[in-house]
Amino acid sequence: MSEALSRTPLYEEHLALGGRMVPFAGYEMPVQYAGIIEEHRAVRSSAGIFDVCHMAEFRVFGFEAFDALQKLVTNDLHKIDELGKAVYTVMCDETGGIIDDLIVYHTGDLEYLVIANAANRDVDVEWMSSHLPEGVEFVDESDRTGLIALQGPKAIEIITELSGEEPPARFHIAEAHLDGRIPVLTARTGYTGEDGVEIVCAADTAAAVWRLLLSFDEVSPCGLGARDTLRLEMGYPLHGTDMDRTRDPLSAGLSWVVSWKKDDFIGRGALEAIKAAGPTERLVGLTLSDGVPRHGYPVLREGVEVGTVASGTFSPTLEHGIATAYVPAGLAEPGTVLQVSMRRKTFDATVTKPPFVGHTSLSA
Amino acid sequence: MNPADLRYDKEHEWVRVEGDTAFIGISDFAQDQLGEVVYVDLPSAGDELVAGETFGEIESVKSVSELYAPVSGTVVEVNDDLDGSPEVINADPYGAGWMIKVALGDPSELDGLMSADEYEAFVASEA
Repeated sequence: MSEALSRTPLYEEHLALGGRMVPFAGYEMPVQYAGIIEEHRAVRSSAGIFDVCHMAEFRVFGFEAFDALQKLVTNDLHKIDELGKAVYTVMCDETGGIIDDLIVYHTGDLEYLVIANAANRDVDVEWMSSHLPEGVEFVDESDRTGLIALQGPKAIEIITELSGEEPPARFHIAEAHLDGRIPVLTARTGYTGEDGVEIVCAADTAAAVWRLLLSFDEVSPCGLGARDTLRLEMGYPLHGTDMDRTRDPLSAGLSWVVSWKKDDFIGRGALEAIKAAGPTERLVGLTLSDGVPRHGYPVLREGVEVGTVASGTFSPTLEHGIATAYVPAGLAEPGTVLQVSMRRKTFDATVTKPPFVGHTSLSA
Repeated sequence: MNPADLRYDKEHEWVRVEGDTAFIGISDFAQDQLGEVVYVDLPSAGDELVAGETFGEIESVKSVSELYAPVSGTVVEVNDDLDGSPEVINADPYGAGWMIKVALGDPSELDGLMSADEYEAFVASEA
């Protein structure tokens, strides 16, 4: 028997917009409204909004909060010494396995906001609260917190108009008031490769924020389908698909979020060993000119299976298939030609270093 | 809504008979369920179709669906426009979105297909 699915504060909004609802991470979420490709293109050319209220938000507070979090995550939190800064990182267990990827925001003196994947909320709560010392306050704020992403080349002008001021700089978070009345935090982060913000608000104001954003003609509601094609075009990993507890950040293409110069953190020893020996498998990008690669499809080299597709889709921007897959380290060089097997046929797939798409509002 | 001059099957495909040949495509309901079509894998002229068996595949961003032959026959023509513009199937599933034309192997099979009204009732019952 399956448990009843949860609903975000925006559930009724999605129904009113004709959203096609599907189960995701225990929630009923919209996979699309007008259509995945149309929504994807709206984000790349104008602006789109995403209901991400299902994601987890944790508040960590105390004199020892910084030191405690430094031990839990792989990236160096000295990068966010300045109030208002944010950093992307992973959190590993003792074997170097990735428990979750998340963003840590330095929201106040002695205080941090951690935004993590909805699917890992329970695991994160269990892990973090059991690994944080007594004096550090850990609060799971997820149920009373709403989160809406506004992304696209027009996103910044829209949030500026709505809040009456410029949003913070990239990878910063700040307080704002929308429409002069709704208190929120705007974080200049995102998962699409476009400029934009993620708006953190009280759960009971989420619907009002959503409608304010939709009042702009340039804004389209976008579902999980477009969210996935957008992030995959950028090569942004999805926990649960591109990595999980059986994978380490060095194999997963995330060595850039592992800081060796900081003090010990959970998993450091294991990661040092992997670094010394070199990962045996690596997550690579794959570009196809024909065929649509999908999760689970075999990846071949000269007829021999060498890996499996992790994430795969049809790229609406490039109009061909793109994917990620773990392959033996020796086959991970960009330009290597492999094949993806799809039911009756196999198609060539060239190892590519992401991002697959350039020229977004975030990149040159 | 579904053209009255066509016959339909439970796999949401339609058949338009012209003498002893027939055009085959997917219904408006099917294209709506699928989402934007990004790829269609069709047989070639000369290939044999057996009623009830798969003859190809149709893909959207999020899914792959088999195409089942509503009737038996030999493929005489394939809609080449679908190669570069598979989204035509979404825009015009009963017209420009036709997929293959076959020479009917057994016209009596048409009796087993549904009329537009029967198909509409069928779709409603599946919902």
